[in-house]
Amino acid sequence: MRIDLDILQQWIEPRSRVLDLGCGGGTLLAELAARKQVTGYGLEIDHAKISQCIAKRVSVIEQNLDEGLQNFDSGSFDTVVMSQTLQAVRYPHRVLDEMLRIGRECIVSFPNFGHWRCRYHLVLRGHMPVSEFLPYTWYDTPNIHFCTIADFEDFCREHGIRILNRRYVTAGRDDDRLSVAWPNMLAEMAIYRLTR
Amino acid sequence: MPAEIPADSVGIVTPQQIDFPGPVQLASGRALAPVRIVYETYGTLNAARSNAVLICHALSGHHHAAGYHSLADDKPGWWDYYIGPGKPIDTNRFFVVSLNNIGGCHGSTGPTSTNPDTGRPWGPDFPRLRVRDWVKTQAMLMDALGIDVWAAVVGGSLGGMQAMRWCVDYPERLRHCVVIASAMKLTAQNLAFNEIARQAITSDPDFHDGRYLEHDTAPRKGLAIARMVGHVTYLSGDAMGQKFGRDLRRGTFEPGTEATIEFQVGSYLRYQGETFSDRFDANTYLLMTQALDYFDLARDFNDNPAQAFAKTGSRFLVISFTTDWRFSPERSREIANALLRAGKAVTYAEIDSEYGHDAFLIPIERYRQVFGTYMHSIEV
Repeated sequence: MRIDLDILQQWIEPRSRVLDLGCGGGTLLAELAARKQVTGYGLEIDHAKISQCIAKRVSVIEQNLDEGLQNFDSGSFDTVVMSQTLQAVRYPHRVLDEMLRIGRECIVSFPNFGHWRCRYHLVLRGHMPVSEFLPYTWYDTPNIHFCTIADFEDFCREHGIRILNRRYVTAGRDDDRLSVAWPNMLAEMAIYRLTR
Repeated sequence: MPAEIPADSVGIVTPQQIDFPGPVQLASGRALAPVRIVYETYGTLNAARSNAVLICHALSGHHHAAGYHSLADDKPGWWDYYIGPGKPIDTNRFFVVSLNNIGGCHGSTGPTSTNPDTGRPWGPDFPRLRVRDWVKTQAMLMDALGIDVWAAVVGGSLGGMQAMRWCVDYPERLRHCVVIASAMKLTAQNLAFNEIARQAITSDPDFHDGRYLEHDTAPRKGLAIARMVGHVTYLSGDAMGQKFGRDLRRGTFEPGTEATIEFQVGSYLRYQGETFSDRFDANTYLLMTQALDYFDLARDFNDNPAQAFAKTGSRFLVISFTTDWRFSPERSREIANALLRAGKAVTYAEIDSEYGHDAFLIPIERYRQVFGTYMHSIEV
């Protein structure tokens, strides 16, 4: 399992209701159902991934995040998760707003565009970064709204979003000393637990 | 006639029938007796009796859903693309039960059956039916076959309404519910089309207040027009455009001619209407459209569909088709949303298709994949 999914599972209560936006092949929800008896729903638009969810007996709704989440009642989920999808939505601020409306808590993970390797690609080599976490070329990428950890922290402060936890991942390791000391430069990925 | 029976066909099947002395209490307050149900089965019921799947048919459907009655048949059953060995409803795994609903005209007790009180055909005196009456009689068949719980109840269109009704009336007697191109209630536009269809039938001079059989006739023209109207609503505008365009079957647009022109689309629809009239009963058509009109899953639950689904232990697959304007994707999303609110396990897929409402009967790769993957995930 991807490390961010491993980490964020710790923040999800047994037998709670979880909505996973951009749930992919349903790995997280299948795990949560098996380990924590969670009632989970995933949203996805990729046809192959939807089939993978169905094969795993994960409840998946074919729905495009960019077309809104009005069909979900306020406060109807314990946790709304969006892992590695924030950078791919049309209006990240609206989706975050909606997540905080629908869920008591939200968990968001995203690639940190402030990581030194991104800066190196951009500043010294003059190219958009391509790496293991960001494997796409600029012209063919689902990722349209990159942010840095510093940007995200600013965003939460400006929008009155309370940060309950933050975790950083570097080189596949969770919260090593260096990335905690200087996350915006050294963390490849950030995972935030949020509430209003 | 098939040159030979395809390997993925259930093969030659023989309809069976079962007679219940009744009386069966109906939602209308009336009772029906006796009740005959004609049905077919495909596959084998396992020792645990845990692999039974019920197929609920739509407006003009019947029990013959898959396979052939004889080598002389030119076409297999109406859902043969989706029922058979290795198909989404895999008869190597499932024991499939497909029946003709009461009120139908393919062998189960209906308006063409004899009314025991008069010795004449029931005709217009046949009791009005609601979807729940079909579900109730399906449960009678289920009991007679020794099945306690369906592995799945599956239906498209009006069949999907029956599948949902199962979850309300027998919430513990199905493990999975597959609702395809359906709705929790009809829209005003749906009601309007059904009214046109009924008016076409009842205004036919051969209708005789529904007692046409006693006059040795049938409202063939009216029923054909009803079917033509229905047929238009089952197709998408694009599909019709691609199939027929403005092609002429007869006549010409040349100036200086006065001959009547006939479009291909008109000729096609007339043919569809006429062949339908040959094989379908007008009173059954009236009765089925009325049951459709009446259906409103949430009516008994303060119009709250989540409450309607509250009691069921079933899991759900809901499928819609992009160009279906008879039962649009929005109607299916309403079903999925109600199930979300009710906290039920639900998967919803919206299949790209150009075929309108009829898509649920047609081979479409992604539909086959979603449906098949879901059915395969069901434990038997």
